[in-house]
Amino acid sequence: MLEADNLECVRGERRLFAGLGFKLEAGELLYLQGKNGAGKTSLLRMLIGLLPPENGEIRWKGQSIKSDEFRADLCYLGHLNAIKEELTPLENLLAAARLADEDLSEDDAIDALEQVGLAGREDLACKYLSQGQKRRVALARLVKEKRPLWILDEPFVALDVAAVDWLAGIISGHLQRGGLAVMTTHQLVSIPAGTVRELRLS
Amino acid sequence: MLKIITAVIGRDLKLAMRRQADIVSALFFFVIVVSLFPLGVGPEPDLLRKLAPGVLWVAALLATMLSLPRLFADDHRDGTLEQLALAPHPLGLVVTGKVIAHWLVSGLPLALIAPVLGIQFDLSADALLVLTFAILIGTPALSGIGAIGAALTLGLRGGGVLLSLLVLPLYIPVLIFGAGAVDATVTGLGGEGHLSLLAALTFASLGFAPWASAAALKIALE
Repeated sequence: MLEADNLECVRGERRLFAGLGFKLEAGELLYLQGKNGAGKTSLLRMLIGLLPPENGEIRWKGQSIKSDEFRADLCYLGHLNAIKEELTPLENLLAAARLADEDLSEDDAIDALEQVGLAGREDLACKYLSQGQKRRVALARLVKEKRPLWILDEPFVALDVAAVDWLAGIISGHLQRGGLAVMTTHQLVSIPAGTVRELRLS
Repeated sequence: MLKIITAVIGRDLKLAMRRQADIVSALFFFVIVVSLFPLGVGPEPDLLRKLAPGVLWVAALLATMLSLPRLFADDHRDGTLEQLALAPHPLGLVVTGKVIAHWLVSGLPLALIAPVLGIQFDLSADALLVLTFAILIGTPALSGIGAIGAALTLGLRGGGVLLSLLVLPLYIPVLIFGAGAVDATVTGLGGEGHLSLLAALTFASLGFAPWASAAALKIALE
């Protein structure tokens, strides 16, 4: 489904990696590992099409990723939360879904917020939430997410132990439904389902 | 296509309503700059009538400039811009929505308050009407052209100054035809020709500017 061929990444004057390739099929998870500055985030940004690779090619279902169809299959969660401080968690979720052209009813959104442990805080502006709670608002998107390809940059950062387990469960549910996921993390979290592949950048 | 544009406008208006200080400060800037001129020049109706179109338009350009740096900067800082760029529709449509929302909160209030300010310059009723209409149809062009500048300077240090240097020269045609329309009405020539050209500028910049801004935003996101 997702194929990368002979990728090369140059940032500034430095070549971060070259000749990198992998194949990921339905139900598989790719763990990107490597120390700070090894190019994990750069690789993720190549996979979502925001950073054109110096060399090489990325294909989704055999097609180049420069199409609207690819982005309709993609869910990306960066290290920035992409939530608006002035809006409430509920408004944030609904606005994000509308802008991404997804159907999300208000009941589904409230349900998702309850699952991430933000019940009762739906109507509080996000600027009053803690760092971890803001992260949970961002992660609430994943609860109702039906898109097949998830690309997650450090999803476990700022989460407490219970939330890490919850997120691991959400990701394995996604893999069981035949989804794909690529993620970077420094914490070793075991995802109970699917085939786990590892890619170490050095 | 319309759905995404209205979604962006709706979100940006909601955000603007939660941060009313931004709208109000640009509006007050406009009011104060325009009101300083009659005080500084003195009560000479003939001179004021001559100055009025230019003063009002220059103040409108500067007031629009005030809110431009934040057009994309907030979305860029919190990661929303990435998500908008990854949505399954062209980024140009998103920018079109943002430009329209920017005009609704920055250009439209200027047009609504301009006739009140025009009275200070002893403008006739006809001239006030043309002035309001000219600002109403000219300010969308300011938002559109400004979006290109805001996208090009996104993420740069000291981007605000660079933004004015980039954008103000491009505002010159709008200034000439906008002030010209009022001038022509005051001298009795009729401002229709100027207004048509102003409308043409607005349509051209609304059609073209969002796509140029989208291209610049993609570079900023790399």
